[in-house]
Amino acid sequence: MKKKNLLICGFTFLSFSCNAQQNGPKIQSSTTVDYTYEIVTDNIDIPWGLTFLNKNEFLVTEKAGILYRVVDGVKTEVQGLPPVYVRGQGGLLDIAIAPNYQETGIIYFTTSSPLGEDKGGHTALYSTQLEGNQLVNTKLLYKGDYNTKKGQHWGSRISFDHQGHLYFSIGDRGNREVNPQDISRDGGKIYRLNLDGSIPADNPFVDNDNNRKAIYSYGHRNPQGMITHPESGKIWVHEHGPRGGDEINVIEAGKNYGWPIITYGINYSGTPITDITKKEGLEQPLYYWLPSIAPSGMAFSTSDIYPNWKGDLFVGSLKFEYLERLEIKNNQVIEREKVLDSIGRVRNIEEGPDGYLYVGVEGKGILKIIPKS
Amino acid sequence: MRLLYSFLLTAFSITSFNFYQQKPLEQSIADGKEIYTDFCLQCHMAKGEGVKGTFPPLAKSDYLKDIDQSIYAIKYGLKGLIKVNGVSYIGNMINQGLEEEEIADVMNYILNSWGNSSTVIITEEIVASIKK
Repeated sequence: MKKKNLLICGFTFLSFSCNAQQNGPKIQSSTTVDYTYEIVTDNIDIPWGLTFLNKNEFLVTEKAGILYRVVDGVKTEVQGLPPVYVRGQGGLLDIAIAPNYQETGIIYFTTSSPLGEDKGGHTALYSTQLEGNQLVNTKLLYKGDYNTKKGQHWGSRISFDHQGHLYFSIGDRGNREVNPQDISRDGGKIYRLNLDGSIPADNPFVDNDNNRKAIYSYGHRNPQGMITHPESGKIWVHEHGPRGGDEINVIEAGKNYGWPIITYGINYSGTPITDITKKEGLEQPLYYWLPSIAPSGMAFSTSDIYPNWKGDLFVGSLKFEYLERLEIKNNQVIEREKVLDSIGRVRNIEEGPDGYLYVGVEGKGILKIIPKS
Repeated sequence: MRLLYSFLLTAFSITSFNFYQQKPLEQSIADGKEIYTDFCLQCHMAKGEGVKGTFPPLAKSDYLKDIDQSIYAIKYGLKGLIKVNGVSYIGNMINQGLEEEEIADVMNYILNSWGNSSTVIITEEIVASIKK
């Protein structure tokens, strides 16, 4: 009996030490590669955001502060951007057409912005319209404050639900002790606005004037992936953890996702941030990556173009330089696979209106994944 | 009165002298450490050791012997093939958007940390003189 207990102890210890290093399921290399890729447009250093205007035309943001319009693979620089504060991880960030783009022509984008009285910058959301290669009617819809010269954690991604709301993310701006848990301040939040930029009357924190009323959820570190689930319509977000502990979360109104009170990660220096990974009142992630993959960009494959990929989630890895395919069943990740292994730092992934997956790779440009037939 | 006048003059010249002087090296190194933690540490690591084959080391790095080229890399970014301590690196270090004073500070920190030492003090003026 005693021996058996010891054995269980030994086993528990073993599995604990395994968990400390990695969280399953283990990433698999493709056994049979039945896809290839072509470069749609090349020579972009950091292709952060991508949005299709139609089947043959899309817009790409380059972090350094350039917006490209690409028609049939030929890129032209678009004029008329507001000031972009290129600093550290910040610059020109995500871009997305409005759900009613065909009627309104409205396009949203986020950028690191120096606007405001304080030195430094914070993430801003704009709406705009495109006339030829010129942005017109550009309006500032939201600007985080207070500005800081910190280079970290600006977010940012944009998505929409099916009820006429826009969601976007701002990271904790390098001030984890203050921003993510304080709903009277910006940073470390997912925000929800109406399409005209006004604040929805049923946002979770509108009842107190001290609160930032655009906040929808908080306790986030640095969300750089956001996608609306094609069936549930819920907003799925992933965020960079510190060393270890990148997370996927399904966002619910008013919820606290725990950063930095709970995390599966540790400081870059190797010292702990907190000794707890769970706490009542704080949400657990749907999945966490350990070790960190440094996730950026997020898309579901909803078309019939790729055999066996329909319904799967795709996430770019900056760190390991591949695109990750995640198979999800009953809100559990059951399989992970490397797609486009060693392709380079994957910054973004989008499903085009043609059902193909388009990948933004740093130093390369936009790639299109094509099944081998 | 005369004494007071000369005192004021001295005080004024000290103040104006200081205004044009680079801040003390110790302060610059301390400020540079903060910049390093914010903008550089994630790739070049806490002790400047880098990641072999991916991110070049700054600790005892022969690349730093060319000060101008090091400042240039921080100021404008660096792309393509470089060799550091005999190891090849192909990468893309993006321009971090640092101000000239911050580049001077982080250079002073790097040049005086992890076994590195330098007789040269990097000033804002030196950084300003490095053109594209």
